[in-house]
Amino acid sequence: MYRHIGVPVDLAHRDKLDKALRTACSLSATFEARISLVGVTAPAPGSAAHNPAEFADRLDELAGELAEYCGHPVAALTEVIGDPAADLDRALDKRFHALGVDLVVMASHVPGFREYIFHSNAGFLASHSDLSVFVVRD
Amino acid sequence: MRCSGRRSRTGAETVHQSASDSEVLVDEYTSDFEVGQDNVQALGLDFHNPVFAISGVSVILFVAFTLSFPETAEAWFGALRPWLTSNFDWFFMIAGNFLLLFCVVLVVSPVGSVRIGGPDAEPMYGYTAWVSMLFAAGIGIGIMFYAVLEPMNHLLNPPLGLEGLAPDAQRELAMAATVFHWSLHPWAIYAVVGLSLAFFSYNKGMPLIVRSAMYPIFGERVWGWPGHVVDVLAVFATLFGLATSLGYGAEQSAGGLHYLFGLPDSDGLRIAIVLVITAMALVSVLRGLDGGIKILSEANMAMAALLGLFILLVGPTLATLGAVFDNSVAYLKYLPELSNWVGREDTGYYHGWTTFYWSWWIAFSPFVGLFIARISSGRTVREFLLVSILAPSFIFILWMTIFGHAAMDQYLLGGYRGVVDTVENFQPELSMFAFLSEYPLASATSVIGIVLVLVFFVTSMDSGALVVDTMTAGGKIDAPIAQRVFWCCFLGLIGIALLKGGGLSSLQALALATGFPFGLVVILMAISLYKGLSAERKLLQAEQGDV
Repeated sequence: MYRHIGVPVDLAHRDKLDKALRTACSLSATFEARISLVGVTAPAPGSAAHNPAEFADRLDELAGELAEYCGHPVAALTEVIGDPAADLDRALDKRFHALGVDLVVMASHVPGFREYIFHSNAGFLASHSDLSVFVVRD
Repeated sequence: MRCSGRRSRTGAETVHQSASDSEVLVDEYTSDFEVGQDNVQALGLDFHNPVFAISGVSVILFVAFTLSFPETAEAWFGALRPWLTSNFDWFFMIAGNFLLLFCVVLVVSPVGSVRIGGPDAEPMYGYTAWVSMLFAAGIGIGIMFYAVLEPMNHLLNPPLGLEGLAPDAQRELAMAATVFHWSLHPWAIYAVVGLSLAFFSYNKGMPLIVRSAMYPIFGERVWGWPGHVVDVLAVFATLFGLATSLGYGAEQSAGGLHYLFGLPDSDGLRIAIVLVITAMALVSVLRGLDGGIKILSEANMAMAALLGLFILLVGPTLATLGAVFDNSVAYLKYLPELSNWVGREDTGYYHGWTTFYWSWWIAFSPFVGLFIARISSGRTVREFLLVSILAPSFIFILWMTIFGHAAMDQYLLGGYRGVVDTVENFQPELSMFAFLSEYPLASATSVIGIVLVLVFFVTSMDSGALVVDTMTAGGKIDAPIAQRVFWCCFLGLIGIALLKGGGLSSLQALALATGFPFGLVVILMAISLYKGLSAERKLLQAEQGDV
């Protein structure tokens, strides 16, 4: 049913990704689908890494760990954009389409008051993308 | 696209050893400080402790004080501006000259080849988008208010005490004196701040905040109170500068709408203008850098170019193009005298315009500099300085010549006094419209003028909210977008409060007053930058030796 699973990765919240990553792994086994991790960062230092190269290294490292867990290769792709706070959702959607992803598995926090005004990243993709989106609550 | 730094970060110091001479180089300008380390997360927000609280509370207190005691505030803060620009004129002039010369030195020196973001970094934006954005966030709005008013003012009140010149020479002097304020010097100030922030952030891995650029001088203490003070000052200058600009801009736009369409020049119209600008800025904030500021900046530049082209083609085209060259030469000819701070007697021009502008550019430098840094990774130091100083400078010379020269022609050759009257009554909001009224399709060009002003305000407010958010989030550029929305609304509210309750001039004086301490900060930044770039070049040479 699905051939390519895309997983957005927020390395600043690495501790909250495990459930989504394991879900992606199970789904990939069920559907014999590939997995691609996509991380979005900016040229400036952030809480996840000091520069895009370091960010890419950490994402590669995570992909390696996941590949070991799943038992098959996992691709990792770092996307550098100017304004991740505002453009993250659109950048992810664009990248997943470019990769040919047909299912997005995405970690998301439990919605609170703020989500009545500002959508979460997963909320945006689920609402506005034509891709299938599997939202995994942390 | 991927831009790569050169090394992974495992500790405070990275050691490089050159194979050729066995010289061990220590990268002394790296820190273990992590972006967002001192931040507090609450209610889904992410802000720096204590910069967010101190700057937010102090701004509210100052606005409340100004609204509650307008006369006292006017007396206290109002006296600050002339006191600073008259007593510290020498400081502003020396600082401006030093920073421009410093940029020239960097361009011709070997450190000019250092690339922002590392040797393999690629630019995020092409030249058109890059120049459009740095222009629109910076002082683009000046082209609408001062292109006609300022040359005419200097024609009527010649600077440097040069009265009684022949009309052509008088006109050249007026243009040179105008270009002096809008070209190389302000952009050199912005470039030094922008380059310092970009270098210490993209190359050294420090947070994108003003204090990072002081690291070579203060060391690790920069993450403590010395850094808090610098960042709070930067937020303060940016918020007050933008809020008062917004308030004055609304007053001027309302004046323009009244002049053009006979709308009542009332508080209601001014507040409506602030609300429209704030609403447009909010949409732009939510659409982000690429979907908001970039598109608006490019569209505004295109619209300004069309307006300029129209005036150029309808007027004496060849003569105006020739005047661009003549005015550039006149600018260079008068530059030494205009930059001089010793024995000046033309205080009307010197204190009333030059030192006022210099303190304003410096006070605005954290805002414009940080925004320039946000959009400038992947450029070499040389490219950064040449483009960010020369491109806007040339645009200003071109624009000021097309409009200013033609306005002076209207008066000197045609005897038209419309613009002169706005100068004598100091009505900058009307100068451009008085000028355009003598051209064909005056209604259409005036409406374009108003749209340009509004959009320049929107881009300034949007980039201001982005910058203040970065400053108060400890340099985190991926802090929740709700924070940018908050700062945008906060700016709009201050603007409305000041419009309604008075006090615009008091708080503008306060923003200007930050120009003096920030002048010192910018000079220290230049020293830091030179130390950092020199060390970086040695590291790069050592690495190339390793390969």
